Amino acid sequence: MSDPTATSSQDIVEVDDLRVHFPVRSRGLFPRVIGQVKAVDGVSLRIPSGQTLGLVGESGCGKSTTGRAILRLAPITSGSVRLEGRDVTELTRQQLRPLRREAQMIFQDPFTSLNPRQTVGTIIAAPFRIQGVEPPGGVASAVRELMDRVGLNPEHVNRYPNEFSGGQRQRIGIARAIALRPRLIICDEPVSALDVSIQAQILNLLAGLQDEFGMSYLFIAHDLAVVRHVAQRVAVMYLGRIVESASRDELFSAPLHPYTFALMSAIPVPDPVAQAARERIVLSGDPPSPLDPPPGCAFHTRCFKAQDRCRSDAPALREMGDGHQVACHFPMAEPATDPH
Amino acid sequence: MGGEAVSSVDVSAPEPGVDVEAAEREIAGRSLTQIAWSRLRRDRTFIISSIVLIVILLLALLAPLITSLLGVDPYSLDKEAIDEAGGKPVGPWGGASVEHPLGVEWGTGRDILARLLYGLRVSLLIAFSATVLVVVLGTLFGIISGYSRGWVDGFLGRFMDLILAFPFLLIIIALSGSLTQRLTDLGIPEGNASRITYLILVLGIFGWPYLARIVRGEVLSLREREFVESAVSLGASTPRILFREILPNLWAPILVYATLLLPVYVAVEAVLSFLGVGVLPPEPSFGAMLADSVQYFTLIPSYLFIPGTLLVIVVVAFNLLGDSVRDALDPKAAHR
Repeated sequence: MSDPTATSSQDIVEVDDLRVHFPVRSRGLFPRVIGQVKAVDGVSLRIPSGQTLGLVGESGCGKSTTGRAILRLAPITSGSVRLEGRDVTELTRQQLRPLRREAQMIFQDPFTSLNPRQTVGTIIAAPFRIQGVEPPGGVASAVRELMDRVGLNPEHVNRYPNEFSGGQRQRIGIARAIALRPRLIICDEPVSALDVSIQAQILNLLAGLQDEFGMSYLFIAHDLAVVRHVAQRVAVMYLGRIVESASRDELFSAPLHPYTFALMSAIPVPDPVAQAARERIVLSGDPPSPLDPPPGCAFHTRCFKAQDRCRSDAPALREMGDGHQVACHFPMAEPATDPH
Repeated sequence: MGGEAVSSVDVSAPEPGVDVEAAEREIAGRSLTQIAWSRLRRDRTFIISSIVLIVILLLALLAPLITSLLGVDPYSLDKEAIDEAGGKPVGPWGGASVEHPLGVEWGTGRDILARLLYGLRVSLLIAFSATVLVVVLGTLFGIISGYSRGWVDGFLGRFMDLILAFPFLLIIIALSGSLTQRLTDLGIPEGNASRITYLILVLGIFGWPYLARIVRGEVLSLREREFVESAVSLGASTPRILFREILPNLWAPILVYATLLLPVYVAVEAVLSFLGVGVLPPEPSFGAMLADSVQYFTLIPSYLFIPGTLLVIVVVAFNLLGDSVRDALDPKAAHR
């Protein structure tokens, strides 16, 4: 884990220095490239077999783009993505097709991720049909088994998505994602569109499926409580880069990056006395535009610990021991109870 | 949406002895099409306009049968029914009688009813064929343009602008002679067959960009939906995404556009025949009948009113049908 270039056979996903830059073109008859939106700017991560990596950050920080780039749904500008040791960065669409079985995605919005013109049966059978896989016992019975496994009534196989609730629709999306028994599932904010009472059910379903099939998850979320519930390891992103990465317990008990610290302080504590006694760091302003990131550390514009060095020198991600990595010149002192 | 209709059959464990298949058939959900259909069945405007259109379609399809039952036909001259000296029909209302229910033509004595029914055939043939052509071309190029984006979209967009910028009525009239001849050279029978083919082709070729733009707009929004991304992540081919995932979501706007385009083409065909581009006499058509009626209007107003009224009925009925279909397919439309 400390050496990002080392290849471990246990890692399902190895992402090295991934960059996804979107060109911005001028309007008009002859558009010119006038800038780059650096949605993902040098992200490296590893996901061990059967484990969950939580990827958190504000909206627009590039966490969804990272997940989509791993599945080659977003164009990779540079860097590499390896799935089960195989480099998929340069593969063509045809070469990629058989590998699609190994990695699937659960989408954020259960209302747009299911085709409204297809029945649930058609939607869940799509992985078998597209990949040309004939499951033992036939597609129809496989679809029924999947529906049963994710907690849907198999008799509803001929219904359309518009007849289901958000939670049920997300279960349909999960059934589709696990149909081919992939090794990796990118969960792109799978519960953020759901009611809190439904969120727990879906999270428990995902946890149960992971135990049963040994899949790895890249769990993208902005809700730290959700990530804490599901992930063994957590990476925090800010403006296209990972600023801190650690095991879950380490990150939540001793955050080193001021940004992580501020995020943690925003989690409400279910105890009014403790909540009142706690110090809250409120970040002012919005994240800077990824079109024109500030020089030095991208976070210095909002950081309460920023000094001159932060404005000129971009900090690299460095190892702080025990697999805890942070990209900050002045990390929080351990234990991080008082930022001053 | 439609919740009240499905909740009553939610049986998860059928009783022993209950016909399981029948139960499953009931559980089969209601698609958006079925929901639209159940809305249409309660829409009185839709019921009336579709009955009117079915009657009109039957009249057009069965025109040879109807005319032969009545003992009339659109081509034969009836010297008995017109005044020998001036050719004026004998009797009031343009010579309406038992033999000629709607009267006869000035100067020739041809039966107006028979000519009306045969004219309807020509009008509907041209309008339907041109609409089908527009739907095929517009959908195909709209999907390609919207899904490919980039230079393909840019090229198709400029090409559509070019077509839309043509003064198409002038071109249709100006080129009708030489292009009709060209169709005849290509093996289409001379005369009205070539002229009708010409009209269908030009109406279709000048009409598709409007639909293509609508389809392109829909595709631009649909392609960003996550179900398309899901299909990509499963390794689906582009044709599969275009025709299995996206196209079924386009039927609503296409159907609405087609039902509203049909009456336009019925009217345009009348205009073109009126201007002399359409079918040639003795073949009847709405436009030709209206053109003939102008000079006798003060003497025999029924010449104008009979084809005029039928034209209005056809156009209005199609328009109302189109409105109903649009309302029924729009999930945001208020339930009435």
